[in-house]
Amino acid sequence: MSNDRDIAILGAAMHPWGKWGRNFVEYGVVAAQGALADAGVGWDDIQFVSGADTMRNGYPGYVSGATFAQALGWNGAQVASSYAACASGVTALSTARAQILAGFCDVALVVGADTTPKGFLAPNKGERGDDPDWLRFRLLGATNPTYFGLYARRRMEMFGATREDFARVKVKNARHGLGNPYARYRKEVSVDDVLHAPIVSDPLGLLDICATSDGAAALVVCSLDYARSRGVTDPVRVRAISTVTPSYPQTTIELPNFATDSAAGAGGVPAHGFKESIAVRAYAEAGIGPDDLDCAEVYDLSTAMELDWYEQIGLCAPGDAEKLLRDGATALGGRVPVNASGGLASFGEAVPAQAIAQVCELTWQVQGRAEGRQVEGARVGLSINQGLFGHGSAVIVSA
Amino acid sequence: MNEKSVSAAERRELAGAADEREAGAPPSSEPRQGKTRVPAAEGWFSMDEAAPVLLGERGTESGSYFWPTAVATSGNPHAFGEERAPAELSRTGRLWSWTTNHYPPPEPYVAPDPFVPYTVCAVELDAERMVVLGGLATGADAGQLEAGMEMELVLGTLFEDDEHEYVVWQWAPLRRPS
Repeated sequence: MSNDRDIAILGAAMHPWGKWGRNFVEYGVVAAQGALADAGVGWDDIQFVSGADTMRNGYPGYVSGATFAQALGWNGAQVASSYAACASGVTALSTARAQILAGFCDVALVVGADTTPKGFLAPNKGERGDDPDWLRFRLLGATNPTYFGLYARRRMEMFGATREDFARVKVKNARHGLGNPYARYRKEVSVDDVLHAPIVSDPLGLLDICATSDGAAALVVCSLDYARSRGVTDPVRVRAISTVTPSYPQTTIELPNFATDSAAGAGGVPAHGFKESIAVRAYAEAGIGPDDLDCAEVYDLSTAMELDWYEQIGLCAPGDAEKLLRDGATALGGRVPVNASGGLASFGEAVPAQAIAQVCELTWQVQGRAEGRQVEGARVGLSINQGLFGHGSAVIVSA
Repeated sequence: MNEKSVSAAERRELAGAADEREAGAPPSSEPRQGKTRVPAAEGWFSMDEAAPVLLGERGTESGSYFWPTAVATSGNPHAFGEERAPAELSRTGRLWSWTTNHYPPPEPYVAPDPFVPYTVCAVELDAERMVVLGGLATGADAGQLEAGMEMELVLGTLFEDDEHEYVVWQWAPLRRPS
């Protein structure tokens, strides 16, 4: 399985997720050094540095590529810094891929790291009456979990999902995360624990919603020729990267919007909703379908949203996600384990690092290196996430 | 063209229906207490206390509706660069989903002290075929909500200072006289 637009993943590494309270740059450097060591590539050999930005750590976070390059020691590499909310990490990877496939560089370092404040992710300060991200808090108190709660309630009303169904997602992911040395939470959780946790945005409680974390992840990526020149003849490949925007009209209410688009006008409704379309593009680029997946890392910002993703990435038909979960298909040992890493449920979200961390996990899975959480015989995996304002991403990785 | 999907006569009827809502559901406007009621967001909705409307726009070629107009929304690419005319959105719709928040959100939300849980509703408008968020009407019971039930637009007080009540649009369960 290959095509002439694949690139190779030579190395992957993370800084453990947690609430460490240190400078995000420190975490990024640890992840970068780990990825270089994993790849067997020297920092001096890196020709392109692609940083995923953080918005909560001042100016160094807005120019993360240069920030990491400086911290590692200026080496004259070309640099880029990307922000795309939760999709920032994959946007940084996509930029590196374009540089490699265009022949402007052979080998690149992709890094994302974050230090997050306690509690809800809040908008930037100041009176900003034209910023929907500020206005949604001001006028509605519409936190991120508010949107998650709306989706979860909708699943209950449409498909008869229950709070127990949602709780089982957390139970599964907590179990998966037990063996992951990079996960922040490594503790078994019971259905009762989830049901009795304080309610945040009804029907979702504290254990249904992912925390915000500090963490970092990094990848060393290169051309297939470069990999061969390093003696790696059969590298892990990035088969597809999807960063599509929605197609009009977007008929599901999305962060940070006050309303959906109107479907009343010319042109009708597109074949795929936004999240589906992210996966559809990735499958098309890789020339595979959902049946070819051995594992997936999906953005479980809430337990209920993991169920939405099963349907959105084509693992089952709409309304069948609860059954897929109950049958054990998405647990380790099942047909297509989802979030073998433990997912956001075990990590908490470190925004610019998270999408890179998903690709790290897929890399280790298809290499058979995911100790304690290995998906038996994994060859192909998909990661997917969605950010604010129409940013989202998916990556397909294969052995 | 259906710029105003609810006629003036229908509005009077709806306002009447609002007055006849069951005990427990308050009228759509708060006691004045001598304070001036001003919109918390200028130009997003009309200040008609009996029958407020969301102030949107409609594409003159596509027929698509756009709201809110104060922030960027996607145009209809099938009518790229089209002109838009002012259009009031339907005052009623069906409840798509809702959630009650039990923790105080961060600023710039102005949370009452002590904090009171509050409910956010998503309501689907038939003519516009769009879902619009809004707080549940002050005093309405979230325990009575069901997907698909009819909701109508009302005004409520978001927060107040010494001189002003800052008014916001809200969704209230609509109970037609039987």
